[in-house]
Amino acid sequence: MLTRAEHRRGIGLGILAFAFVSLFVGLAVLALLGFDATPSHRSLFDAYTWKVLQFTLMQANLSTLLSIALAIPVALALARRPEFPGRLWILRLMALPMGLPVLVAALGLITIWGRQGLLNGLLLNLGLAEPVSIYGLGGILLAHVFFNLPLACRLMVATLDRLPGEYWLLATGLGMKPWSIWRFIEWPALARILPGIAGLIFMLCATSFTLVLVLGGGPAATTLEVAIYQSLRFDFDPPRAIALSVMQITLTAIVLGLLSLLPSTDQTLPASGRRVQRFDGQTWSRRLWDGTVIGCATLFILLPLFSILAAGLQADLPRLVMSPAFLEAASTSAAIALSSGVVSVMIAIAIISARIAIGDQKQSGKTARMFSTVLAATSSLVLLVPPVVLGTGWFFLLRPWGDVTRMAPYLVVAINALMALPFVMRVLEPAIGEHWRRTARLTASLGIGGIAKLLRIDRPVLLRPVLLALSFAMALSLGDLGAVALFGSNDFVTLPWLLYRRLSSYRTADADGLALILGIVCLALTFIGTSGIGTDRSKHAGR
Amino acid sequence: MPAGNQAPQIRLDSVLLTLGDTQLRFDCSFAAGTITAISGPSGSGKSTLLNLIAGFETPDAGKVLFDDKDLTDRHPSERPVSLVFQDNNLFGHLDVFTNIGLGINPSLKLTEQDREAVSRSLAEVGLTGMERRMPASLSGGERQRVAFARALVRERPVLLMDEPFAALDPGLRFSMASMLLRLHEQTKATILIVTHDPDELKRLATNVVFIDEGEVIVQATTEEFLTRCGVPAISQFLSG
Repeated sequence: MLTRAEHRRGIGLGILAFAFVSLFVGLAVLALLGFDATPSHRSLFDAYTWKVLQFTLMQANLSTLLSIALAIPVALALARRPEFPGRLWILRLMALPMGLPVLVAALGLITIWGRQGLLNGLLLNLGLAEPVSIYGLGGILLAHVFFNLPLACRLMVATLDRLPGEYWLLATGLGMKPWSIWRFIEWPALARILPGIAGLIFMLCATSFTLVLVLGGGPAATTLEVAIYQSLRFDFDPPRAIALSVMQITLTAIVLGLLSLLPSTDQTLPASGRRVQRFDGQTWSRRLWDGTVIGCATLFILLPLFSILAAGLQADLPRLVMSPAFLEAASTSAAIALSSGVVSVMIAIAIISARIAIGDQKQSGKTARMFSTVLAATSSLVLLVPPVVLGTGWFFLLRPWGDVTRMAPYLVVAINALMALPFVMRVLEPAIGEHWRRTARLTASLGIGGIAKLLRIDRPVLLRPVLLALSFAMALSLGDLGAVALFGSNDFVTLPWLLYRRLSSYRTADADGLALILGIVCLALTFIGTSGIGTDRSKHAGR
Repeated sequence: MPAGNQAPQIRLDSVLLTLGDTQLRFDCSFAAGTITAISGPSGSGKSTLLNLIAGFETPDAGKVLFDDKDLTDRHPSERPVSLVFQDNNLFGHLDVFTNIGLGINPSLKLTEQDREAVSRSLAEVGLTGMERRMPASLSGGERQRVAFARALVRERPVLLMDEPFAALDPGLRFSMASMLLRLHEQTKATILIVTHDPDELKRLATNVVFIDEGEVIVQATTEEFLTRCGVPAISQFLSG
């Protein structure tokens, strides 16, 4: 249905986007692989790097296991109680950690679980001398569970809620006891999505940077990404950074390969609008258990968030906001976030246009179809080569040409844009695809094209999803510490970097205030960014 | 199928129920061992009536009686009823055998006789040897027949059916109705079937309970019901 010119333009845009992404990632990887590491007179993979790899895998495994094991009872309790007071708000609360900058959440966790934290205070009052330690493996696991338990829980509740209502009627009619309901209904439903959830969480934990940077205690508790950062910024040991980067890419490649074999997990499940009725678990003991489980999970998520708010409000916010350091960091962050958001959305639109153009051809050749698949994979390339590794590659690539810090802002923009790309695609691809299916025949038959099509046909429908995607991409960039950590300097300070430095120099009042501001801005942007997804789906379902 | 002899009469005695803004009020009875059709416009409360009898809704006032035995406060699993819905009668991830077996024992602790009973019931509904099939590999009609087979092994004297054939095409509806009649011949259970389809009502039911806006407006034998064209809601229903 596309004219030949539109067709060429679509494919052309796709080639451009592909060239940009693959060059940016490919050059970084080549720089890492091609770096002459021989002068160091030692094996690339020494005892230290192996230890780091072991720890990375171990903490990722444990984090995944704990997150899922703890999420299951919470999800079962929430699914069993469709009428639980504030259920919808608890489920919304569970979406918060994902939208929060990792550094901000880490600060909240320290306030609750840290040495001077609420919990240790309570334990001391109870006469228990041994405080819980937030640093080291325990802290990393705790923080990973904080982020991933709610994620797992939401996916599980959505799955259970979407089971046909007749299942619960039948189970009751047949007289199934809780154990039978678990065995014949709940477990089979969860078992189908668990591999996908576990893979996703493992991936997130294996590439976790900021949490481990803040909570990891020295060489004993370091993941690959943090070790890369340390070997570049502190030890300046390029061979080690490269060895670790190669390990990281191999690890993510293996995990991604395994993940692709698993059934995919839809992360943006809409909350089911249907009223679910459950007739099981009406005994007092079940009610008490479910209430306790839901209450504990809610407190676990709510307390750190609340502490960010409480501590932030105690800081001298007006002074902080007017300080030159803040203003400079804020304007840098805003510029970086906006640029990376725009770049990300542009790449996504180019990729989607090309895929539509290829799909539109009746006899699209084998090459074209393969290119379409490659394009889809391109948008997720950053998952294979995590931000810190990308940054490391470009660091080596640019070093011979002079001061890397001068290029830092551009690199951070590009890295952040790629980081956001998978999410932006998730928002835009269905929206643009649907719009295309609805309007393509009509616009073609009316002969509308060019600017007129853009203004009258596309803009009214697509402006909203584009802005949503932009908002989401900006939130990701604003909260990111990974790319900035490598390149941050006195001349290049973003808000997360400023916050990290304030934390390191024990200027905690400033840090609290900064965390509050950053947290609120990122949450607001994330919520704008994800608000469209649920409503859009339900609109479609209702039709 | 031994259940039949004790098939009870079912009576709703001044049952009141408020669901959201809707007030429902049921006063009716269903003769023992017969097939009664429950009909009426969409949203008139047909499924709610079934839910009250099954125990999924508890009345605000009034009684649900099985042969003068008050079951109003009994849990659904303690009522002598089997259920067949329009859809999703089978757990999609469990095979046919397990789906039927759960009707005998909800923990699937089955004796050798139980297993034979499952196979016999499948033969009864014309699905011999389909024990290991998954619901997704069956047609809509076959899935409903598995639901019938489960109702058979449960040997409950009351069978509640909520538009069991609505999702099937007309030819299939006819053969399913014949099967239901044949099974009823054997079991003599008290069967309540919610239906939208006047042909089905004529084919199956000896009695009709007609509901409109949450109230029973006609309770009659089928012949009598078919002559009541004077009532607008009924003539509209009969003309489809």
